[in-house]
Amino acid sequence: MTEKESKALQAKEKTEMAPSAELTRTGPVFTPAVDIFENENEITLLADMPGVKTKHLNIDLREDVLTLTGDVEPQENAGEVAVLKEYRIGRYFRKFTLSNLIDQAKIEAELRDGVLRLRLPKVEAATPRKIAVKAG
Amino acid sequence: MIFRKLSGGPAWDYNEFDRLRRQMEWLSNGFTEGREAMTGSGVFPLVNVTEDMDHYHIRAELPGIKAGDIEISVTGNTLSLSGERKIPEEKDNVKYHRRERESGKFSRIITLPAPINTTKVAARSGEGILTVTLPKADEAKPRQITIQAA
Repeated sequence: MTEKESKALQAKEKTEMAPSAELTRTGPVFTPAVDIFENENEITLLADMPGVKTKHLNIDLREDVLTLTGDVEPQENAGEVAVLKEYRIGRYFRKFTLSNLIDQAKIEAELRDGVLRLRLPKVEAATPRKIAVKAG
Repeated sequence: MIFRKLSGGPAWDYNEFDRLRRQMEWLSNGFTEGREAMTGSGVFPLVNVTEDMDHYHIRAELPGIKAGDIEISVTGNTLSLSGERKIPEEKDNVKYHRRERESGKFSRIITLPAPINTTKVAARSGEGILTVTLPKADEAKPRQITIQAA
C-alpha cells in the first residue's frame, strides 16, 4: 500500500496571517500542544484545547491530511469587566499529514477536561496473497 | 461621500480614515499582544480576572487537570492556586512522534484589588477551564445612593 516503514506524522505548522488566506472570522488562531504516539495498531493524538466544547470541535481527515479546529467561546458573563488579562482565547487549529493509512470507520475521538484524545487505527497491513500457478 | 459634500463636510471621507487608523491600531496591538502571550508572566497558570458588581471571577486554563488535583485557598484578598498536572504513562510499546504537552506541579498566588467574602468562594471546572467566583466583601461592594428630592 504505502511505504510501510515511514511512520512519522509530519506536522504542518500554521503560518499565521498569510495574506493569501484571509480568515472569515476575526480573532487569534493558536496551535494546540499535542502528543502523538503510535504502536503497531494505531496512532494516538492528544491535544490540549481548553475551553473547546464538543460541538465546536471539528476533526477532519481528508486523504492523508488531518485537520483539527476548535473554537472557544468567551467565558465571561454579561456585566463582567476585565481586571487582568493574561491569556487570550481564540481558535485552535492544527494540521497534520499522516503517513499511515487510517481506517476511517474506526476513528474514535474523546474530549475530556479540554484534552482531545484521538485514536486513529491503522489499516491492517495488506496480507500478501499467494498466487498459485498451474502447470499447463 | 456625495452626502458629505452636500452637507458641508470635508471633501475626504472621515469614515475611511477612521477605518484605516483602527486597522493600524489593531495591527500593532496584535503584534505586541502576541509577544506578551509568548513570554507570559512566567507563572503557571495564566489567569484572566474579571469583576462585576458583586464578584471577582478568576479563570485559568488547566486542560487535563482533574478537580481533585487542584487546591484552592483564600485568605483576605489573596487566592492561592496549586496542584499538579499529571500526564499518565501510555501503555508499553508506544513510540512518540511528538511530546509537547507538559506535566508538573504549579502554584500561584493572585492578589485581588479588594477584600473578598472568603466563606462564599465557589469554584468549578469544565472543558479544562477553572473558574473561581469570589464574592466581594460587603465593604468593597459599590453602593447605590439614591438622591432624595428636597
